[in-house]
Amino acid sequence: MANTSQRPLSKLEALILGVIGLAGFLGIWLAASMSGYVPRQFLPTPFEVLARATYLLTAPFAGATLPMHLARSLERYAYGVALAASIGVPLGLAMGLYRWLDDIVTPVFDGLRFIAPIAWVPFAALWFGTGIGGPIMIIFSGAFPPCLINAYRGARFVDQRYIEAAQMLGTNSLRTITEVLLPASLPSIIAGLRVGAGLGWQSLVGAELIVASAGVGYMIVQGQSNISTPTVMAGMLAIGLVGLLIDVALRQMEVLVRRARGLA
Amino acid sequence: MSAIIFENVYRYFTREGKSLPALDGIDLTVADKEVVALVGPSGCGKTTCLRLAAGFEVPTKGRVTVGGQPVNGPGPDRAVVFQQFALFPWKSVEENIAFGLRNQGVSASTRRERVSAVIKLMGLEGYETAYPHQLSGGMQQRVAIARAYVLDPEALLMDEPFGALDAQTRIMMQEELVRIARVNPRTVLFITHAVDEAVYLADRVAVMTRRPGRIKEILDVRHVRNAERWNDHERIEDVMDLESFVHLRTHIWRSLREEKIGVAP
Repeated sequence: MANTSQRPLSKLEALILGVIGLAGFLGIWLAASMSGYVPRQFLPTPFEVLARATYLLTAPFAGATLPMHLARSLERYAYGVALAASIGVPLGLAMGLYRWLDDIVTPVFDGLRFIAPIAWVPFAALWFGTGIGGPIMIIFSGAFPPCLINAYRGARFVDQRYIEAAQMLGTNSLRTITEVLLPASLPSIIAGLRVGAGLGWQSLVGAELIVASAGVGYMIVQGQSNISTPTVMAGMLAIGLVGLLIDVALRQMEVLVRRARGLA
Repeated sequence: MSAIIFENVYRYFTREGKSLPALDGIDLTVADKEVVALVGPSGCGKTTCLRLAAGFEVPTKGRVTVGGQPVNGPGPDRAVVFQQFALFPWKSVEENIAFGLRNQGVSASTRRERVSAVIKLMGLEGYETAYPHQLSGGMQQRVAIARAYVLDPEALLMDEPFGALDAQTRIMMQEELVRIARVNPRTVLFITHAVDEAVYLADRVAVMTRRPGRIKEILDVRHVRNAERWNDHERIEDVMDLESFVHLRTHIWRSLREEKIGVAP
């Protein structure tokens, strides 16, 4: 669609269009589940899902309330993403700086990165167990590639002038990494963290397929085996909302970093 | 003593398997505490000369020495002022200026002293905690010069230091540089497109041929400046109005024009 010739929409217009889109989506959903063509149990109405989600806020299902499941999920998620960032970012920066490291890591990395996190589930369970280790590994495998790639690109394409300025100021390699490469790549790194955080959160359900205690993914699996579709959808709703919140928070951080640099 | 000496320097670039000459036997001496301007048609290799002295590049043949030592990689004894400033956008004015001193392990108290002295010298008081993007081009250039000056380098290398500034700011900065040079003389090699600037700032002006670059002629401006008492004039426009100034400028212009239209030198 050629949007280029259209005038930009005002905030209000954009909001109205957004509301129309959401209302349309909910309308079709409601119509489909009320129509009788689909068994009600297979497709609960939005109201049933909302009611179920509200109920689960205080009432336990599969051993915990929805906020408690979320808290456990967030804990695993935080570990997985933190691990991905703390390995991916330094490794990416070092690869950007040292060609030989780039040549060693890139073939392995390229060979592995198209394997979906969920494909690791059996091995994650075997190697790291179904407690916290396995899920962390799956979230890690989702969040790691963007962390590494963006740090690498950030370091690789740092403006040569900064490197030369650092050299002429007599900066050693360690300080060149910490005081020049890292801050120069920060906008790119944060963008990578945002994508990584999103992919990590998406991997969560897969990660929690194998856990046997608590978590939103676990709640969904339990809902499925009890044929409680509203519970499954309440879990999906919670994942969607929390994912959106994480993205908004990191996007905000990205804006702040860019603004501090005078880029936005 | 901290002279910059180019001895029969050649520099070739390899592109698509072919060897392209950029510098074709440069011989040039910038004496201790002398200011030499390098002018020449675009692409003549002026910047390459400066990068060789800075240690960002190595000569294909010949050698470059600074203070008697052959140049071996970049270092704080040869501070560079870049055309586009190349200030670190994530560091404040103060941090940018102090960075080189921190690399040298200068103690915090000495650092503060030297940084505040150079901030005063460059008229940057009140901007210590500002970030580069919050400053005008002229102020950014002051920070870049302060960052180089604070290291007390043997030689200052400036690549079109005022090229990115508007005409008025440029004139102010030129006057400023002359003022600083009187307080604190340095060995300076600077590159410029602006003939006015070269004649106004330099002790000697070296004119280069078009690519592959050689030194075509060297004009002793200092001699004329002293004889005609340019320094009695405080303002740049008054100096630029003097017959002796105009004469030198016109001479260099003609010399450059010959290179541009390709009259064999």
